[in-house]
Amino acid sequence: MTGRVGIVIVSHSADVAKGTVDMVRQMVGHEVPVAGCGGNPAGGLGTDVASIMAAIKKVWSSKGVAVLVDLGGAETNSEMAIEMLPESWRGKVAICNAPIVEGAVMAATESAGGGSLEQVRATAEELSPA
Amino acid sequence: MTFDSELKKRLIVAAAQVVIENAEELTALDRAIGDGDHGLNMKRGFEAVLADVDVLAGKPLPDMCTSIGTHLVMTIGGASGPLYGTLFLALGKHLPPAPDLSGAARAFSAAVTAVKTRGRSDVGEKTMIDVLHPVAGILEAAAVGGAGEDLTARLRKAADGGLEATRPLRATKGRASFLGERSVGHLDPGARSSQLLVHAACGVLSGLMAEAGGQGA
Repeated sequence: MTGRVGIVIVSHSADVAKGTVDMVRQMVGHEVPVAGCGGNPAGGLGTDVASIMAAIKKVWSSKGVAVLVDLGGAETNSEMAIEMLPESWRGKVAICNAPIVEGAVMAATESAGGGSLEQVRATAEELSPA
Repeated sequence: MTFDSELKKRLIVAAAQVVIENAEELTALDRAIGDGDHGLNMKRGFEAVLADVDVLAGKPLPDMCTSIGTHLVMTIGGASGPLYGTLFLALGKHLPPAPDLSGAARAFSAAVTAVKTRGRSDVGEKTMIDVLHPVAGILEAAAVGGAGEDLTARLRKAADGGLEATRPLRATKGRASFLGERSVGHLDPGARSSQLLVHAACGVLSGLMAEAGGQGA
């Protein structure tokens, strides 16, 4: 399978999302599709299902998409966004249980090496305490 | 009970108004044990619902609930978006167009279960479930034993009891869980918004139930 697993960063803050994307880019350049989104629909702190869906579509790859989230609502809204995607996509999007910045960098590095979605997710989740 | 567009509109307006009018209190509760955005987020969601009230009230009941759920998911922007969104999406999936009491009870229980699954939460964890679960229990009992004359009063009482029960609990779910013991002694903001919505719906429905002579929904 060609292509690279896409990475989506979902933070409550647009600035954190953008900063995390910048750090990922510094590590892996443009060989991995990366998108970030942050902020609620009114532009304040929060997360937005429509923006999360748009970010997933932007980095969509046949190898799948790994999603990194920060606090509670980011995860719940990401789950909701995944459920609202076309059915054939849903099984190919995984939320990683990992710290957002470190997890995104590790996930992108694994993706750049050609890893599968499961490998990308496992690499990011190595950062989480068992 | 016939849910004509007039009744549906009254239900939507009552729900939206109670959330909008109490947004500051919800935010204050959330500031104590969460991230202080619950009132604002809920207000934004229900303002979007209210803006579309005529279109929503014109739809069949299940479609109306589904559409309200989608509005909430897309506009709230906090954890309460998918949670309240899931409640209404599940109601849309499980309600018949003209539910009797047992149809309504079944749908409401299924919706509460869907919220539990979405939030990976259950009773006793200082969340909206502490209000919704006992309300579902009263509906289920009424579906078997009959509505009686004071069903809406019992539903309100169950919601009030569930809300008050969150005060001594230590949060283990959501942002409030970061506070651990410090969450004890505060009402849960999500439980408060659920209790407000139950009161709003009961306020609209109580008059109709009385007219129906306690014959059920």
